Amino acid sequence: MRHVVSILVENEAGALSRISGLFSARGYNIESLTVAPTEDASMSRMTVVTSGSDDVIEQITKQLNKLVEVVKVVDLSEAEHIERELMLIKVRAGGKEREDMKRMADIFRGRVVDVSDNTYTIELTGSGAKLDAFIQALDQSAILETVRTGASGIGRGNRILKV
Amino acid sequence: MDRIRTEELSGAEIVVRCLQAEGVEYVFGYPGGAVLWIYDELFKQDKVRHVLVRHEQGAAHAADAYSRSSEKVGVCLVTSGPGLTNAVTGIATAYMDSIPMVIISGQVPTHAIGEDAFQECDAVGITRPCVKHNFLVKDIRDLAVTMKKAFHIATTGRPGPVLVDIPKDITAQRHEFHYPDSVAMRSYNPVTKGHAGQIRKAVALLQEAKRPMVYSGGGVILSNASAQLRELVKATGFPCTNTLMGLGGYPGTDAQFLGMLGMHGTYEANMAMQHCDVLIAIGARFDDRVIGNPKHFAQNLRKIIHLDIDPSSISKRVKVDVPIVGNIPDVLKEILRQLEAPKADQAARPDPLRAWWKQIDQWRGKDCLKYDRAAKIIKPQFVIEKLYEVTGGDAIITSDVGQHQMWAAQFYKFDQPRRWINSGGLGTMGFGLPAAMGAQLANPGATVACVTGESSIQMCLQELSTCKQYRLPVKIINLNNKYMGMVRQWQQFFHGNRYSESYMDALPDFVKLAEGYGHSGLLIDKPQDVEPALRQAFKRKQDLVFLDFLTDQTENVYPMIPGGKGITEMILSEEL
Ligand SMILES: Cc1ncc(C[n+]2csc(CCOP(=O)(O)OP(=O)(O)O)c2C)c(N)n1
Repeated sequence: MRHVVSILVENEAGALSRISGLFSARGYNIESLTVAPTEDASMSRMTVVTSGSDDVIEQITKQLNKLVEVVKVVDLSEAEHIERELMLIKVRAGGKEREDMKRMADIFRGRVVDVSDNTYTIELTGSGAKLDAFIQALDQSAILETVRTGASGIGRGNRILKV
Repeated sequence: MDRIRTEELSGAEIVVRCLQAEGVEYVFGYPGGAVLWIYDELFKQDKVRHVLVRHEQGAAHAADAYSRSSEKVGVCLVTSGPGLTNAVTGIATAYMDSIPMVIISGQVPTHAIGEDAFQECDAVGITRPCVKHNFLVKDIRDLAVTMKKAFHIATTGRPGPVLVDIPKDITAQRHEFHYPDSVAMRSYNPVTKGHAGQIRKAVALLQEAKRPMVYSGGGVILSNASAQLRELVKATGFPCTNTLMGLGGYPGTDAQFLGMLGMHGTYEANMAMQHCDVLIAIGARFDDRVIGNPKHFAQNLRKIIHLDIDPSSISKRVKVDVPIVGNIPDVLKEILRQLEAPKADQAARPDPLRAWWKQIDQWRGKDCLKYDRAAKIIKPQFVIEKLYEVTGGDAIITSDVGQHQMWAAQFYKFDQPRRWINSGGLGTMGFGLPAAMGAQLANPGATVACVTGESSIQMCLQELSTCKQYRLPVKIINLNNKYMGMVRQWQQFFHGNRYSESYMDALPDFVKLAEGYGHSGLLIDKPQDVEPALRQAFKRKQDLVFLDFLTDQTENVYPMIPGGKGITEMILSEEL
């Protein structure tokens, strides 16, 4: 099953490779991984999307907790949570296609953030599924380049991950 | 007072002062460019003594065994690049067995890092998967506190090796020295107190058990819990088995001890593991060499209580019913306290364990460690039995890896912890001799013997020279079967007797070799000479003696659970 694991980690050189190294050394999957500092610059917040049986997920959280620089670990998918991913997608948008592209972006609540004579760069945020759907909805030959951040997650309501 | 505290010292002096503050007696190491300033400071003082090994692998093993055989922390010092990479096998060995140890490695100067400088390697990157934690010190202001953290992390929670990589320029810079008394780390707070509710559940299970079993591992040794383990086993009348890493945790000569379990464990221990109704696992991790195939182990219904300091050891290979994370001695004390109040109906029942012990005695009746005592060639088991007799069961035994290791584990009865020093997790050939050096230095008056094979001993043979320099009177018990015996055994059982590359041709004359290093050696090739040779050697308290026993080349270790099989699917000796 797919799980979204949130990790608070000391913002130190090498912390990221300890975490990614743990996943590769123990043969755990990483679907995506995002990381950036939090409001407290000494700490980073990481979101790892992974998959595995309950036993594997239990081991993943235990092994992560064991890393000396990891402050806290939470499996967000254990309860209600929000996931968002950002995508920048550059599409062919010249002549007749230009209107269609704009309309399509609007439908998905995307924003055109850069234009050239024959391209649009569209910014789209949402769940991974929504970004997938957008890609599917486009004429595949019109897609010039895509870049996605991978999911970031946060618990709903009063669930807070903090030290 | 303040002036002393804020004295300006070089980074190298700070390193040495930190070691002094930690009460470090010995540093096992080997010099080189990146650590010259540190060696310079070692030279200027005499509190911390340096032991010059002949290969950095030896330094790491010696520091490791220094830890294992005492309650102190082994420290090892190596230079950058090849110095560090040579030590990696030793670091990984310590990591797999959770041994507290601090490794200091030199690094190229900070400005040269990343430029493929001479003798540069990414020490932190290379060791990351085989240390509990590691640090690269990039700022001299962090040096003392990093050293403190290294010792703190190495020794607390589930112990392990910690590496501190120090660039050469940092050792030359100057900064005021203050060694903190303690460190607080928000990201590192190992749980030590067992959960009260879980302990209550465990006690209830133990009181109801009809076929109980105590299974303990290296965690009991590492946490110094053997007194409490003994009390528990005695108070309950339960049978007890130890893993390869746990030997000595419970007295090997006690009637309630069923011997070691696992791949080469006794018939009775493995059968009791499978057929018990309540199992209490203490500081052990159900690894593949212990319970074999977990699917087979799951066939039999039993309740499992698992006590360990490391949450990730629990339910990793085998699902358990009552997990207890905590410091083993404290949890055992609490269990014992609660067991004191036996259930009201307990006294009224006839001895509830009688049937279970009867069954165990039947299994014991197999005499699974039996071998041909009348053989005309030296049987390796016989050498270990004699070694046990001659040393009064009171020696520290280090071992290498192979058949000899298993025979030592099976036939030397360890009554006390920290007497059996072997590489159980990584299985590192070459461990035995440097380990004996570390054990001897940690226990100066003790009798130390290294049980080894003609293949293993050659992997760190150069340390014979170190033994000479520091007058380490270890006794080397070389069970020489001219084969990588354990490899040969697997080839016999599972590869149709095709002995591919497991014969050790062109062996040296070990007696002459020992003599070449300034020691003495004895060649023993008849069973009747085994005991006299051992007596003669162990009488020589000041000398290293290399005993080269020519043993039966075809002998196998029994019982044996083939890889991937279940714990009761043992191959037994033809003798039976
Ligand atoms: C460094 C290393 N290389 C290879 C092995 C694989 N291995 C395990 S036991 C063994 C043979 C050991 O032979 P020897 O030291 O003569 O002991 P014996 O089994 O004959 O008692 C080998 C090669 C190992 N454990 N360690």
